[in-house]
Formats: sequence, C-alpha cells, structure tokens
Amino acid sequence: MSLSVDNLRVYYRTLRGDVRALDGATFKVADGEIMGLAGESGCGKTTLGKSLIRLDGRMRLVEGTVELDGVKLPLDDTRAMDEFRFRKVSIVPQYAMSALNPIRKIGRMISELLASRGVSYDETLPELRRRLGLVGLEDEVLDRYPIELSGGMKQRVVMVLSTLLDPSLLIADELTSALDVSTQRAVAEMLVEFRDRGFVRSTIVITHDLSILFQIADTILIMYAGKLMEKGPAALVVDDPLHPYTRLLVGSLPEVGVRYEERRLTGIPGRPPVLLDPPPGCRFRDRCPLASAKCTDEPPMVELVPGRHVACWEAAA
Amino acid sequence: MLELTDVTKVFKTGTFGGGALTAVSGVTLSIEPGEVVSLIGESGSGKTTIGRMILRLTDLTSGSITFDGSDVTRLEGRALHDYYAKVQGVFQDPFSSFNPVFKVDRVFEMIRGNYLRDLPPDAWNARLRSSLEAVALEPGEILGKFPHQLSGGQLQRVLIARALLLEIRYLVADEIISMLDASTRVDVLNLLGDLKARGLGILFVTHDLSLGNYISDRTMILRRGRVVETGVTAKVFGNPVHPYTRTLVASVPQLHKTWHELDRELQDAPLAKVGAAPGDGLVEVEDGHFVALAQEEATTT
Amino acid sequence: MSSADARTESLSTGTAEVTTVVSTAIPPPRRRSETLYFAFRNRKLVIGLSVVLAFLVLAIVGPWLADADPFEFGYPTGQPPSSEHWLGTTGAGQDVFAQFVYGLRASFVVGAVAGCVAALIAMAIGFVSGYRGGVIDDVLSMFTNVVLVIPTLAVLIIVAAYLSVGSLLAEAVLIGVTSWPWAARAIRAQTFSLAARDFVNLARLSGQGTVRVITKEIAPNMSSYLLLAFILLFGGSILIAATLDFLGLGPSQVMSLGLMLNTAVSNAALQLGYWWWFIPPGLAITAIVGGLYVMNVGLDEVFNPKLRET
Repeated sequence: MSLSVDNLRVYYRTLRGDVRALDGATFKVADGEIMGLAGESGCGKTTLGKSLIRLDGRMRLVEGTVELDGVKLPLDDTRAMDEFRFRKVSIVPQYAMSALNPIRKIGRMISELLASRGVSYDETLPELRRRLGLVGLEDEVLDRYPIELSGGMKQRVVMVLSTLLDPSLLIADELTSALDVSTQRAVAEMLVEFRDRGFVRSTIVITHDLSILFQIADTILIMYAGKLMEKGPAALVVDDPLHPYTRLLVGSLPEVGVRYEERRLTGIPGRPPVLLDPPPGCRFRDRCPLASAKCTDEPPMVELVPGRHVACWEAAA
Repeated sequence: MLELTDVTKVFKTGTFGGGALTAVSGVTLSIEPGEVVSLIGESGSGKTTIGRMILRLTDLTSGSITFDGSDVTRLEGRALHDYYAKVQGVFQDPFSSFNPVFKVDRVFEMIRGNYLRDLPPDAWNARLRSSLEAVALEPGEILGKFPHQLSGGQLQRVLIARALLLEIRYLVADEIISMLDASTRVDVLNLLGDLKARGLGILFVTHDLSLGNYISDRTMILRRGRVVETGVTAKVFGNPVHPYTRTLVASVPQLHKTWHELDRELQDAPLAKVGAAPGDGLVEVEDGHFVALAQEEATTT
Repeated sequence: MSSADARTESLSTGTAEVTTVVSTAIPPPRRRSETLYFAFRNRKLVIGLSVVLAFLVLAIVGPWLADADPFEFGYPTGQPPSSEHWLGTTGAGQDVFAQFVYGLRASFVVGAVAGCVAALIAMAIGFVSGYRGGVIDDVLSMFTNVVLVIPTLAVLIIVAAYLSVGSLLAEAVLIGVTSWPWAARAIRAQTFSLAARDFVNLARLSGQGTVRVITKEIAPNMSSYLLLAFILLFGGSILIAATLDFLGLGPSQVMSLGLMLNTAVSNAALQLGYWWWFIPPGLAITAIVGGLYVMNVGLDEVFNPKLRET
C-alpha cells in the first residue's frame, strides 16, 4: 500500500476552542491510484490535503498516523517533514499559478527551489526540459516571467515542478477550478498522464467538482463536516451512490442535457454543523431524509462490498 | 424588450491610455420578458463587460442599448435612477456584494431610501416580506444579521430579494452561483426559473455550460468579445456547429459520460452546412440557431 | 504603498485562508472584542502607546506642575536638575522643566493640527481620485505628484523665512498643506481596489450618489488604514515642526522642543555641558515619534490577521 492514513484528526486552534475540521480519517491510497477527495466547503478536504504535507500555524495534530511506503510521516515535526516534502510528498496548492513570484523568471525560480532542497538545477535540467516538452511547453518558458504565460501554461509549469522529483504522493488541491473549461480538460488529463508515465505514484485530487473526478479519478472519497462518508470506485460512487449525502449531492448537479422544465433538480436544505462543538453521532443527521434514532450514534465506515466503503446505518442495513 | 445592438467596448490601457483592449466587439442580443438568455464564455470573452454595460456601470464605446424602445446607452442622473427601478443586477461573490461593516438589512434600506421613501411603513413591511417569500427566506433568519453570519446561498437570495423590491423587469445575473456550494446552487438556479415564470427577463452570465443548458431558453456563446454561436438552447447544445462551441462542449466534464465517449459522439455528429455568406454576420444554421463564420483560430491551451 | 494594498485587502476580506474553515464553521466572535484582545497582547502597540501617552500626560498636566513661565528669566543660570528646578535651568536663567512641558504641549498641538489638515486634504483628493478615475484622477494625480516632488522642507524654510510664522496654528497649517501627498496616493490606491468591489457597484445600482458612496461604503472599510495613515502624518508633522523650530523658523513666541534645541545649541550648551537643556527635548522628540511609528507597526499587526505571529 502506498499511502495509509489511520484515524487522522487535525483541529484548528481558535480563541473559542478547537474547530474539529478533520475528525478521524482512515483510508488507503494504492500505488498508482488517483483518489478524488470531494466535498463542499468546510468539509475538511483541504485540511486533510494540507496536513499530509505541512501543518500550518493554527493546525494541531490531535491523533492519527500516516504511513507512506511503510514509513511513518512525522507530520507534526516540521523539520523532520522537510526530508519528505517535494521528494516523497508533493503538493500543487490551490491558486498555485497565481502564487508564482512575478519578478522571477520561471527558470530562476525553479533553480532556487531546487537549490533549497539540495538538488542541482543543472543536473535536473535535461529531465525538466523533457517534461516541459511532454506537457506541450517549450524550453523558452524557462526564460519567461509568469505574467507572460497564460493560466493553463502556468498551471502546467507548476505541475511539472511539483512532480520533478517523482514523488510517491501528489496532492492536487483544486487544480482546475481557476481554469477555463477548455484548459481544465487538458490539465486534468495531464494528471492522469503523469501517473501513467510514472512521474507520480499515488495522487489525491481535492476538488468540489465531482464531474472532474468522474473523468479522471480511480476512486472517490466523499467528505462532509470533517468526516468520511463514502469511498469507492469513481464510476460507482457517481452512478450508484450508497450514502444519502452522496445521493443528494449527485442529484443536485445540473448536467448538459437536463433542463429545468424536464426535471427540476433539488438541493440539500440546511447547513453543515458548526465544527466548534459538533453534535454527536452522524454529522449529516440534521439534513438527512433517512435519519433515524440510531443516527445519534456515529456510524462506522464499513466495507459493504469489496472496494466500497460507507459510513451510514441506513446504507449498511 | 431589452435590446443591445452592435455593442462594442474598447478599454484604454497603458500610460495615458495609449494601448487598446477590445473587450466586446459588435454584439447584438435581446431579452424578452419571461425568458432566460444565457451568455456563455470563458475568461476574456467579454460576458461580464456586457452585463456591466447593461447596468450602466461601464460606458459603451459604440453601439446602443434600448429598453422598451427608449435609448439607455448614455443615461445619467434622474433617468438613470429611474432605469435602475426596472433593471437590476446580482454579482458573483455574495460576500463581496455586502459592505462588511453593515448588517444585511442595509441593502434593503438603501432601496427604500432612494426609491420607496413615500411608502408607509406597513406597505413597506408587506413588500419586504413578499420579496423575501419569493426567494424562500424567512425574515427572522436574515434581518438584523451581518453578512458573515449568513451563507453564500442566503446572501445571493437576499440580493435577488433586493432586486425584486423594485418590481424590476430585467435582471442581470453575473455568475451568481459559481461561488456557491453544489448543494445550494440548484436552489438559487431554480429560483431564477420561478422568477422567469413570473415574467422577469433574465440575462444569465456564466462560464458553465451545464447551468446554461439547465435554465435558459436561448444561449449565446461568446469568444474574445464576439458572438460565436447563438440560438435556442436545446439546438445550440444539441447540435453545436462552431469549432469553439464544439471544443467547449467536449471539454465540459460530465457526470455520467467520459470525455472519450463525448469525443466520439461529437465526431459522429455532422457539421451542419454553413452557407458561405460574405461579411461578418451570423448565418442561420437551422430555425432559431445561428453561427458566426468559423475562423481558422487554433484554440490554444 | 502597494504592500498596504495587499494588507488592507486581506483586512477587508477579514480572514486568512486558514480561517476559511473557521469562519464557515463557527459563529464568528464579536469583532470588537477580538480586535481589542489582540491589541492588548501586541507588545509593539502597548509599548509605543505607553510611551506616547506618558508624554501626552506630561504635556497636559505639566504646565500646571511647573510654577515657572517658560520664557521667564531670573533664575540662577546653568543649574543642573535639583529639587527646585526639576530639569535645571538654561544658560540664561530660565526653567528648563517649564520649557520642556510647554514645548511638549506645542509639539502635540502642531502634530494634531497638521496631521488633521494633511489627513483631510489627503482624503479629499485620494477618495475622489480613486473613485472617479478618468480625467479627474489624471488631473488630481498630476497635482499630487507635483506637490510630492517639491522638496517640502526647502519650501517650508523659504515660506517660513518670508512669512515669519507667528503662531503655532500657522506653522501647523503650513506643515499640513505640504505633507499630504504620500497619504493621498496611498488612499487613492486603496480606494481603487475598494471601488472595484461589488458592494460599491451595488450601492451605485441602488441610486447612491458619489459622496454617499465614498463616505458610507469606501471610507468605513478603510478605517483602520486611515487611522494608520493619520498616525504617520501626526508623527511626521511633529518631526517637521521640530526641524523648523530648530532652524529658528518656527514661531519664536511659543515655546517648543525645537526652539529649546535651537537656543541650547546657539548658546553653546553642548560645550558647556548643560546636558539637561538639550537632552530632554531631543529625547522627547525621538521617543514620541519613534513610539508613534512602533505603535503603527503594532496596529497593523492587530488589524491584519496575516501579520500576526501566532
């Protein structure tokens, strides 16, 4: 198993107490698997993605272990994690393409980044050029400033850079949301290509857009209010969801071909619970049409069918 | 009818306005009461600029906009004030649309202070209540609250309620749901459908084809400020003719069809014969479906 | 001042990326108490403010405590500090403590008045320029740039020399009308970014006029920034006034810290070793202006969550 996460809990410290943003995540990502991590805002997906590589100031690792290729990641020790960052675990953060230093040429920026990791730019240059070429960028890109590149080009540069040292785990946080539709497809397909060529071993794609995940992910993990709700093969999670939340979510997505007059879609009424002091039991209870008395006990994640996990009393029944 | 005729907008760039950026070029469109027209385009297509021009937040460089026959292209002062009682807008970022130091009631108070001052308190409260009802909001859940205490979906509805206070005829909805969560998007979208049924004409600006397809009667596809394809929604998406439209349709990630399947479908779909009409106008593909002459532009990614 | 753009941008959006989770997840704490909480814990703010307040209290209360008139002669000359003359006497037999506290008072008055004048001009020009844009902005910016480029001190020296500034107020106004340009540019930049926000557009769509939009929509969202700018103008004015007074170009009938330094230097206090005459005023100016700047940095951290060291 490439990545193994066990009961990971990461809370945010605030003046009013701890916000339980990620409250017990347990899952595995296999070698070569592209796992989609989907959910709405506040569900904890970005927290999960960030905690696998760098806990920032307000985040606190409460419990849980993460193993990558059999080695335990020292998540709460920033210095020790440095060994793993960029080499074993890499991230393409949200808005990465807008975070490129505007007064540095791309090549210079890459060389500075590599130098900080103790990697020689000159030695890596041939491979860098090769990969840039693979994604359709010419060598001149290295001599350009970020402002001279289009959004799609910048995103591709960032992706090549993040995977330059062939990490075991790549975390892609909202890779395509800032892009135009026509570029989205190219970038999403590039992610698959990187996996196929062995530049990355496992990938976690964090997004709110289920349809992108349907296109490129092998499995999808649905999160809600800090908890995992469902995990399974992408096509099955979308076409035949087991968890009521997933079902309602999929049912609320408009598609090309469905019109208002023909089939009126419905959303999910209500709002996610406040994570400062969350209610006990299933966190989706208040908005779930299938909720019953036993939902005050938190449902465990069970493997109903090989490969399909769900955390719901009704689904498991 | 709200009508735009050959509208062009050129922005001055650089020091002392030496350079020029053409955001919109020769766009003609119309909205009838009781219909939703989608303006679909990617970034740089000019769709937001068109919305802003209709709302008179930006001036036109050339062309005209008429509202029920009268020219509103250069309205100012009192006439503009009256125009806003009939045409309003809602924008993309609900949190940015509210002044964070005030409560949300203020957006209603501003309308009342500028347009409905003569209304006695009872009548005002009744109108406020009915506007909130139309958007499915309880007065108790939003009045007296600050913007950060409400969700994006609630805020967008407050903004639509604000527009409804004025008994407007047309609404410009600029990417109003793109910043909302998936589970609440569709509720606001359905709300637009309800408003359409009440006779409101809506210009729905978006980059998301699925949304446009779901809610609009007619669609206009924009690229770099020009109209590329337009017509009845079902026909434009069912039978996309222009290469750009086809690229867009092929790139939209769908929930039950992979891109490969989509590609194969599009390949099999015949390109309708486009008559070799000279000049740059729109050519009729089929009844209610028009396309601009395709230019040999490679879509760079 | 473009970094200030980024700072107030994040200030207006209020919460850093990290706290998006927090803000969607919890009912937000009452804004004011959170700001005050961080304010009191910020060392720079507390230290800076304490220093400034200490001198301010001295400036207010001092003149009552001093039983001498600052210009009154007749005391023994060149006396070091003693129980009768807390800061000793000058070479000409005047009470230094009296001069000191009246001088402090003058400094604060000049700072406040000049700061206000400069702030008002800067706001008027900055807001209009930033909100209206176009030709109006071009003209006002040109004007601002011209005034900015003029060597202020040289102009003040020349004007003061010719007009023989008689009163503190005149000096303050003079300083105020020459020190606003940087603030006007900063306010203009902030206004640009705020004017592009949707709530400003919405106000326009609701029929609000320009003045209402500026005062109700834009200014309140820049209030912390305006406070910071005012503090800088205040401190800067004190410094400029002290310079003018030191050069003998300030009002000669009003005791000020700069005037003390002027008199001390021209009467060879340094050579005579009358440290109690020139050190207190010099130290006071440094401490007050330094304290204001440190306070400013601290305030910036309080207002902007991103700058806080957690």
